[in-house]
Order: sequence, then structure tokens, then C-alpha cells
Amino acid sequence: MAERKLRIMVAKPGLDGHDRGARILARCFRDAGYEVIYTGCHQTPEQVAAAAIQEDVDCVGLSCLSGAHRFLFPAVVELLKEQGADDITVIGGGIIPAADIQFLYDAGLKGVFTPGITLEDIIKWINENISLKG
Amino acid sequence: MKITKKVMEGNVRAASRLIRNLEDDIPEARSTIKHIFPHTGKAHVIGVTGSPGAGKSTLIDSVIKMYRERNRTVGVLLVDPTSPFTGGAILGDRVRMQRHTEDTGVFVRSLATRGALGGLSKAVGDAIHVLDAMGKDIIIVETVGTGQQEVEIINHAHTILVVLVPGMGDDIQAIKAGILEIADVFVINKADRDGTGKLYRELMNMLNMVKDFPGGWRPPIIRIENAFEPGPFGKSVGELFSKITEHYHNLIENDLLGSRIRRKRLMELNEALRAYILEPLMKKLVETGEMERMVDKLMRREADPYTLAEGVTKKYLNGTP
Repeated sequence: MAERKLRIMVAKPGLDGHDRGARILARCFRDAGYEVIYTGCHQTPEQVAAAAIQEDVDCVGLSCLSGAHRFLFPAVVELLKEQGADDITVIGGGIIPAADIQFLYDAGLKGVFTPGITLEDIIKWINENISLKG
Repeated sequence: MKITKKVMEGNVRAASRLIRNLEDDIPEARSTIKHIFPHTGKAHVIGVTGSPGAGKSTLIDSVIKMYRERNRTVGVLLVDPTSPFTGGAILGDRVRMQRHTEDTGVFVRSLATRGALGGLSKAVGDAIHVLDAMGKDIIIVETVGTGQQEVEIINHAHTILVVLVPGMGDDIQAIKAGILEIADVFVINKADRDGTGKLYRELMNMLNMVKDFPGGWRPPIIRIENAFEPGPFGKSVGELFSKITEHYHNLIENDLLGSRIRRKRLMELNEALRAYILEPLMKKLVETGEMERMVDKLMRREADPYTLAEGVTKKYLNGTP
């Protein structure tokens, strides 16, 4: 039997074209040995959730630098739950004020990463917290 | 079986998980395929191959639209390469097809090659069966960006599009064996660039030398330009679309579909024999340490690979073959 591979989706919901960070993360996840589904910018939460289900990912990583994370991130969590896919872990990052972090955790995000965190720390968090489906 | 039923009802979660399990080589997934197999064989499978950046994904996006306008359901498998160093992969083809994401008549799934060399992933054959059993009318398979000889797609697709762009080399390239031989339809994409006329002539010359096309089907060459002007682009894609459909009818009318399917069946049987006979044996040789001991012998030049292989067949396969 081949070993299970972690599948992770990197998506940018909303009207935000700043994808440098998301691309760097995608590359860094590739180097960590994950299969990364990169879906690019300007997506609705509905598109993110639908793609995550079609791709059977273990984790969805959302990036938002526009300030709309309070709406967009919880919307993805809700849509996955509605479609019986709440086993998919949702994490997010970007320009997120400290005051909003607890709000996002309460809304169902399992990890929130803000500027200053290292790529190594994100990989470490994923390896420790995302369980592969079996 | 529950999962078989769900897949056949078109359940996306069940199908996607099953494809995941096939990629990860989970034994239960194999037995699900046993149940699904009798319900397959209805879809038209279209393969799309060509060099990296030729525009395969963008073309597929437009072809999906044409099928959806005719109420045909579509399953799409997109293959991108796995890193030989880390085992990771970036699967980025669906970026070009975002507009179909929420359409429940379209199911798009990305796969990494995981070391397979033919331009596809090992799980593609079974993933096609899954989409077929889900009831998709059309299945489109995009290979990795190919070079000259990743032609594995011929084992899976009924109709193969080879997507070319101008400016890739001289006319010697056009007489080489490999990818140019497998096309049922040629696409010259980005045909507003320099070198289109030359590429077109080279392909025509190449095709002129073929004496006998099976079913009388001479692969058409479709030029596509103005990807950013909906009018002319739509017209060329429309032309491509009708050639794909014509080709499928040609296969059926000339009784050629069967031979393409037979090629796939043979390949699948080969794969299954390998999985059931060769792989367990290889695993055993590794686990018992015999593999390493044989390599040691080779290092000391006490034996050659053929003698050792003969020894293995004598010990484990009653001396046959």
C-alpha cells in the first residue's frame, strides 16, 4: 500500500488579487511533500467549498489581505458544514487584526496565521494538527 | 455496497474519496472498482495533451462550456507532475476552469503523477471508471505538459487532441515518432503568433505521407487564435467541438471504438497482473532481505541480473516463465 498523501487547497476568496503570499505558501507546501490544489484569486466562498469537496482535500488554507476575512472565512466553514464536509479543516491567514483572531476561531477556523509567522511554523502546525483521511 | 451506490447516484464526496483511495492504493478501493466496472463504458473519453503552457486547460474550459450548453454532463481529470525530490505537487489546472466550479453538472478532479512516466497518474484509468459510473456523458483527461513521448493517454481516451503552439522547432520535429502520431485532432493554439503557417504546413506534410487512415479519419488541424476576443475564439472552439464529436461518430460508424477500448482493457489487465503477481513478490524480496543480498552479489560481480531473476522464478514461481 502506498502511503497517504496530504492534500491541501490554497485559495483566495473575495476581491483581493494579492496572491504573492498564497503562491509562496503553495510552493512551500509542495516542498513539504503535500499535494497542493492551487485555485487562485477572486473566488466566492461557494466556489472554494465546491472545489474543496471535488478535490477531497484534508485542509483548506484561505488567504485574505483585503479585510473581508470576518465574512469570507466563516462562510467557507459554514458551506462545508452544510454539505457534510466539516471533516475538512479550514485555516486562514493574511492581514488580520489581533482583535479578530478569536472571532475566527469561534467561527470554526482551526488555525489563524498572521504576518511574522515562519513557513516552518506553518508546516509544523499542519503536520501536527491535520490528520489524514483513512 | 454503499459506496458503489453513492458513486452511481453521482455523489461527489463519495466519488472524490474513492479516487483519493485509488491514488493512495487502498485495497478496499480496488474492490469497489470490481462493483463499479460493470456499470462503465457509456462515456466519451477525450484526452488532451501537449507541451506545458500550450493552453490545454483554457481550451478544456471552453470545451466544457460547449457541452454544458447542450446539457451534457462532464467529468474532468487534470494531471500535474509530482516533484521527484519531495513527492509534493502543485495542481494548478483548475484555476482556468473556475467558472464551472459551482455547476453540479461538472466534476473536476486534479491528480498528481506520483512518479508515473507516461504523462498521467497510475490512478487515471480507474478514476475514469469512477466518473463513468457517476453517469458523466463526457470525460476529459488533461495530461501533464508533455514532451515527445508521453503517450500513455492512448490507452485511455477515445479521442485525442494534441495541442501545439507555433515556434517549437524545425520540421524534423514533425517527422519524429511519438506524440504527433497519436493525434485524432490537432490544435494549433495561439495561432496569432509567428510561425503558425510554418507549423501548419509541416503538419500537413506529415499527414500527406500517411497512406491509410483508419476509418478514413485524417486528423484535422484547427487553428485557434484571439483567446481574449470571445467572438472569433468562440468560433474556433466551436469548430474544435464539432471535430471532436465527428471523430467519435467516425469511430462508432467504422467499428473502431471497440479496438480502442480493447487496448485499454489489455493495459488494465497488465496493470492488474503486475499488482497481483509482481508487486507482492517484489515486496517479499525486499522484506526478506533477498533483494539487498542480490544487489550485494551484483556489486561483487558474483552474478548477473538475469541469473538472479531466473533464481527468483525458480524459487517463487515454480520455474515459470
